Amino acid sequence: MSKILKLEGLSRAFGAVKVADQLNYELSQGEALGVIGPNGAGKTSMFNLITGTLAADSGKVHFDGRDVTAQSAAARSRMGIARSFQVPQPFTHMTVFENAMIAATQAAGLSGRAAETLCLDVLEQTGLMDKANTPAGSLTLLNRKRLEMTRALCAKPKLLLLDEIAGGLTEAECHSLVQTIKDVHATGVSIIWIEHVVHALLAVVSRLVVIDFGRKIAEGDPREVMDSREVKEIYLGIDADA
Amino acid sequence: MEWINAILQGTLLGGLYALFAAGLSLIFGVMRLVNIAHGDLIVLAAYLGLTTTVMLGLHPLVALIVVVPAMAGIGYVLQRAVLNQTLGDDILPPLLVTFGLSVIIQNALLEGYSADPQKLDAGALETASIALGPLAVGVLPLLTFAIAVAVVAGLQWTFYRTALGRAFRAVSDNQDIAQLMGLNKRHVFGQAMALALAVTAVAGLLLGIRTSFDPSIGGGRLIFGFEAVIIGGLGNLWGTLAGGIILGVAQTLGAAINPGWQLLAGHLAFLIVLAVRPNGLFPRISG
Repeated sequence: MSKILKLEGLSRAFGAVKVADQLNYELSQGEALGVIGPNGAGKTSMFNLITGTLAADSGKVHFDGRDVTAQSAAARSRMGIARSFQVPQPFTHMTVFENAMIAATQAAGLSGRAAETLCLDVLEQTGLMDKANTPAGSLTLLNRKRLEMTRALCAKPKLLLLDEIAGGLTEAECHSLVQTIKDVHATGVSIIWIEHVVHALLAVVSRLVVIDFGRKIAEGDPREVMDSREVKEIYLGIDADA
Repeated sequence: MEWINAILQGTLLGGLYALFAAGLSLIFGVMRLVNIAHGDLIVLAAYLGLTTTVMLGLHPLVALIVVVPAMAGIGYVLQRAVLNQTLGDDILPPLLVTFGLSVIIQNALLEGYSADPQKLDAGALETASIALGPLAVGVLPLLTFAIAVAVVAGLQWTFYRTALGRAFRAVSDNQDIAQLMGLNKRHVFGQAMALALAVTAVAGLLLGIRTSFDPSIGGGRLIFGFEAVIIGGLGNLWGTLAGGIILGVAQTLGAAINPGWQLLAGHLAFLIVLAVRPNGLFPRISG
């Protein structure tokens, strides 16, 4: 199976703090990968490196068979990388529909009726249709999270990066979110999902990567990884040498 | 009747000020850039109009079809080559660079056209007037006002009804996220400056038809533009038109009291608005 994403020795430091330290992994076309790790482990920085908002000190990002390390964030988004933010960042002075249209026209490169149709379909899917003409700045947190998802999907991504999108949701909301993500995944979109809500994550992903101090410390089958010594050590504070 | 006439003339003059201001307002709105060279770019457009009319023998209003695209092109190149490099968290570099640009444009115009006052010859249009009851309204001021309304309406439409306008607003709202949505902000800023200078071209030609100009008058036009933007409220184009009208009316009323008070009255009106409503009368952007 061809690889949609490949990270090669990706590293980035802020002073002495390494947010990415020799990160290596591959993602197959259509695969769903989960990423876990403690706060400050460098998970979001990894997304910033993949999307191009953060420049790597060393290492490479390959996307869809091309080395995109030197490409701008805008160029990478047009190639098919889209993400959602843990803290939603809508264009607050624009309506929900206009927010979606920016992604559809700029990132996905659609125009006119095709862009509008896509936006309306996605708004229907994410449950924001009745808020289409509401200024994004006045949305509640849940709806802002939905808008993050909406914009990412309107970009028609090949690779969808989700950053703690389930955090703060009720059980029912989380369930419908998982269903949406499953539906998106079923259309062939590759997904990397950073999430603390592990049961939601495990409902979707087929592989798990654990990151701590910018390093990949475990990788593999989700249940095996969750049961592994490294993960217990990080989350439960069990000393591996004890 | 003298007062009604002054208010009417001031309102129409306000259209010209709104045209001075529209480009300034647009640029500030999209990229938070205060363009100190804006007045000199208006004067540059007037000179480009002069060259076009003299060389091609065109009527100044027909020369718009040459000057508008020329200024738009200059705007795009200027933004991509120079101004984009100055934009960042610090507001000082763009101020300094556009100030320097202002000096450069003035001196280049002095070198090329000398300090002699020039004027665009619009023929009969300049003196034509329509009788409105006991008042005589100049066709040129009326046309200027109509163009100003059309330009503001056109910009408003562009901002809220087109993909280009959506891109402007997205970049204005959150540059980083806009980049992640596939927008190249450098290109978008270039487009914004091109549009702003296209409007400036219209302003420059109408200025050149209305009054004589020389390379040194850009600063004064910048001030009028600024005052119209601030009176109207930042980020609101219809407010900018209102600001231009208030400034124009204040000036003509001042001049009706005492011919020497024209500019003073305009500045006083600006000062009063600034003191009472620091964000302008119809602000859209807060802070």
